[in-house]
Amino acid sequence: MHPDSPLWLLLSCLLAAFAAGCGEVWNDPYPGERADAPVLYSAFVNRPKHLDPVQSYSENEATFTYQIYEPPLQFHYLKRPYELEPGAAAEMPRLRLLDASGQTLPPDAPADSIAASEYTIRIREGMRYQPHPAFVDDLEMPDDPRTIADFAHSSSREVTAEDFVYQIKRLAHPRLHSPILELIAGYLPGLRDLHRRLREVPVPAGGWLDLREHSLDGVEVVDRYTYRVRLTGTYPQFLYWLAMPFFAPVPWEAERFYAREGMAERNFTLDWWPVGSGPYMLVDNDPNSRMTLAANPNYRQDSYPCEGEAGDREAGLLDDCGRRLPLIERVVFARERESIPYWNKFLQGYYDASGISSDNFDQAVQTVGDGDVRITDEMQAKGIELVTSVAPTVMYMGFNMLDPVVGGDGDSARKLRLAISIAIDQEEFISIFRNGRGVAAMHPLPPGLFGYRSGEAGINPYVYDWTDGRAVRKPAAEARRLLAEAGYPEGRDAATGAPLVIYLDTTGTGLGGKAEVDWLTKQFRKIDVQLVVRATDYNRFQDKIRSGNAQIFYWGWNADYPDPENFFFLLHGAQGKVTSQGENAANYRNAEYDRLFERMKAMPDGPERQRIIDRMIAILQHDAPWNWGFYEVVYSLQHAWIQNRKPGKIARNTLKYQNIDGALRARRRAEWNRPVTWPLALGGALMAALVIPAWRQYRRRERATALASEAR
Amino acid sequence: MWAYLVRRILYAIPILIGVNLLTFLLFFVVNTPDDIARMQLGVKRVTPEAIDNWKRERGYHLPRFFNDDESGTRQLTETIFFQKSARMFAFDFGASDDGRDIAREIGQRMGPSLAIAVPTFVLGLLVAICFSLLLVFFRASRLDVAGVVLCVAMMSISSLFYIIFGQWLVAKVWQLVPISGYVGGIDSWPFLVLPVLIGVFAGLGASARWYRTLFLEEIGRDYVRTARAKGVSERVVLFRHVLKNAMIPILTGVVVVIPLLFMGSLLIESFFGIPGLGSYTIEAIQAQDFAVVRAMVFIGSLLYIVGLVLTDISYTVVDPRVRLE
Repeated sequence: MHPDSPLWLLLSCLLAAFAAGCGEVWNDPYPGERADAPVLYSAFVNRPKHLDPVQSYSENEATFTYQIYEPPLQFHYLKRPYELEPGAAAEMPRLRLLDASGQTLPPDAPADSIAASEYTIRIREGMRYQPHPAFVDDLEMPDDPRTIADFAHSSSREVTAEDFVYQIKRLAHPRLHSPILELIAGYLPGLRDLHRRLREVPVPAGGWLDLREHSLDGVEVVDRYTYRVRLTGTYPQFLYWLAMPFFAPVPWEAERFYAREGMAERNFTLDWWPVGSGPYMLVDNDPNSRMTLAANPNYRQDSYPCEGEAGDREAGLLDDCGRRLPLIERVVFARERESIPYWNKFLQGYYDASGISSDNFDQAVQTVGDGDVRITDEMQAKGIELVTSVAPTVMYMGFNMLDPVVGGDGDSARKLRLAISIAIDQEEFISIFRNGRGVAAMHPLPPGLFGYRSGEAGINPYVYDWTDGRAVRKPAAEARRLLAEAGYPEGRDAATGAPLVIYLDTTGTGLGGKAEVDWLTKQFRKIDVQLVVRATDYNRFQDKIRSGNAQIFYWGWNADYPDPENFFFLLHGAQGKVTSQGENAANYRNAEYDRLFERMKAMPDGPERQRIIDRMIAILQHDAPWNWGFYEVVYSLQHAWIQNRKPGKIARNTLKYQNIDGALRARRRAEWNRPVTWPLALGGALMAALVIPAWRQYRRRERATALASEAR
Repeated sequence: MWAYLVRRILYAIPILIGVNLLTFLLFFVVNTPDDIARMQLGVKRVTPEAIDNWKRERGYHLPRFFNDDESGTRQLTETIFFQKSARMFAFDFGASDDGRDIAREIGQRMGPSLAIAVPTFVLGLLVAICFSLLLVFFRASRLDVAGVVLCVAMMSISSLFYIIFGQWLVAKVWQLVPISGYVGGIDSWPFLVLPVLIGVFAGLGASARWYRTLFLEEIGRDYVRTARAKGVSERVVLFRHVLKNAMIPILTGVVVVIPLLFMGSLLIESFFGIPGLGSYTIEAIQAQDFAVVRAMVFIGSLLYIVGLVLTDISYTVVDPRVRLE
């Protein structure tokens, strides 16, 4: 090719552009961003559905909402067991218990004497909202804005007690469908009535319903920085709800702003562009690709904690004691739908932390000794650390207590349930299907919560024996004995001789689901019981659970807050799925258990509460409405440059505490991502080796005479 | 030709109504309005009252096809099918079930989809035609046989393999481009190189083989022999005569997909983190978002009809004997 030819010039330009576009590292997915900047890089799989604090209730939404909104309370970042502390509140809420005549009761008054609980919440003075155009008077609408940053002006104002009350009223907003409306309305007088009244108010779709004009009986603004919430009866768990964005302040100006003409059509809604007073604000919201949080310049004076639990100082978790929060300027969340690119980008240093999928488990973690795990040499060489924690989550197999075979409180069905519970080797399940990431459950209450007992005192004596200092599952012979006592010797009905068939309803139909079902069938075969799997889609599965047509099924629960009430209520009779569409999917009902639950939930932690919990657990283990399943153990990996990450799923406003050693990250990324350029040269050479002979052959053919061709 | 076009546009209306009806039937066989509401409201602490309210707000409380409680035409119009379908014919797609404006979402996602689809399509077509003409030029030689074997081998491999292998080799081992991600504007090219190359490579085997067959059929015709006898070079024979005369079957396969380029590619976009339209429909099906599903199916069928009309028109361009009457 001649150096002056147009093709040559084009190629030269392309190469020059390529070289100019690539720095030291060619595969950087964040072009134009400095690797040493105090920015955390993370990923999300599913786009969040709601970012409105009155609607948002999912884990993937909490990643954003807990950083943007600041509720009155928060969990101490380092202390375990979890401890509530003031967040937006200036101090812990003051509680006044009242009897039916309105007289103040002592704090230890019996629950049945308490007619009302009055929480007085004083908020910090001087807190301000993030800069936002909603606070600008006479705002001009820009031409076709795509993000909030496209609005030329923004402003802010101080957070007041009125804003907290406004948000509580929003729970009753008829168009927002708050998932906790019914729950809170059960305690907060007037909330249900407000909901009813608001439904009668004619508001066009997307229009603004000014809640300041509507009163709510149970809530009052005391002064600019104080408000009061009056609950019916006693509900100590209300404090945990005060640590969730459901109770964070929302400015009325935001609702007015988003109700303007043309906003909803451009996807500008409070559900999509939150306005909060928390440590971060959402500055980039493309949930198909990338969402970015930036430090809120108006965030209140907040500092890193100086005390934690034992071992935190040695782990370096107190090194940033007293430093102003948040420590990281920006948090970038990139959308990764597939696990392969996600994992590889983590290994290349483009994500700062990662979970471990089963595809990558062997590459990341190896089992040593007696079930212990450690990080592989490959990960260690990169300075990657493994962090594990038991999540406040329980996964279980429920027995439908309304079912004529496995349900009911008769001794026969109870023994059948116990036999199945023994036969299903949960430890083997955890080992095979969860890569060891689980702890066999003894009851619904996970470790780390008040009431949980470890060791011999904590085992389920109907399913385990305590042998050589550890819980050992009872043998299959014991399960067969129980089965015979239940009226099914050798898996056949003693009366009719018909084989016992148990039906499992499941949504697991993929490859993984098939393997699990095969394994489960084998477990049932150990006691000569036939398992029939009824695979179905999620909608039909839920229908069956709601109507009580399932026999056995898998289900799970992720805690809202670290209180035993939040797990024991899953078996409370009043929560029966069939009778009241509650969360008790097994439809279990036991009068003594229900009575104890009502007492336990109103009590402060202490020996008496522990005694009641012990009794409740004993009842559950005896009745066996669930095969207790396992508590989830979470493994996550983090690079050496990420600091102050303490595992735990209860505290969700954790980003403000985390820190980054940007210089180390920049060095590592440069080291790990040097481009390998010889394949380009090889590719070029190969292309030339193909094209040149072909070209010569073409020329030869073109120049050949007909006679010569004939001769050949 | 205009009469023909008007007729085709009129034919499109019953087709689109039929597609709409079918989508509606299939969707509501699997999902009830209650399921849709539950999916949007979440699985924790959802009350029957909240489900009722949600359905009422979005019109899912109405009967599906026929409203016994109404009279006259309202018996047909006060139904989910009519309320959800009629506006689409005015290209008003409304909001998705989670409240986002569908037209705007499509507008945002179309750019990244086209950024992948257009270069893949153009480059793929170019490479496939050149490669097949090369094989035709060296027909019956060892190079031709090797080329055909290569094509068959490439056709036999799943496109998923190309994606995973390409990401592993080029992005992970050689570290030449980002493994996934996307940014808008001029900076997007490092993110597009690999998916476009993989897209071209994955489609090359089948297209090259198909085009080779077409060209071989043409190359044995009398007009080619005449051209050669007149001393026309082989390059001119192939590119000017053979290619032009093989255009009708090529256009049949090619023009119809041009409008569908807007719809993006599910696998490529998913693996490379391209925020395009490819995954929009699948995500909507998973989220049981009927509003998005019906809009995307409607647009898909409309684009397909447009593609077919364009194909017919293109015949008249490449072959003067074809008349649209």
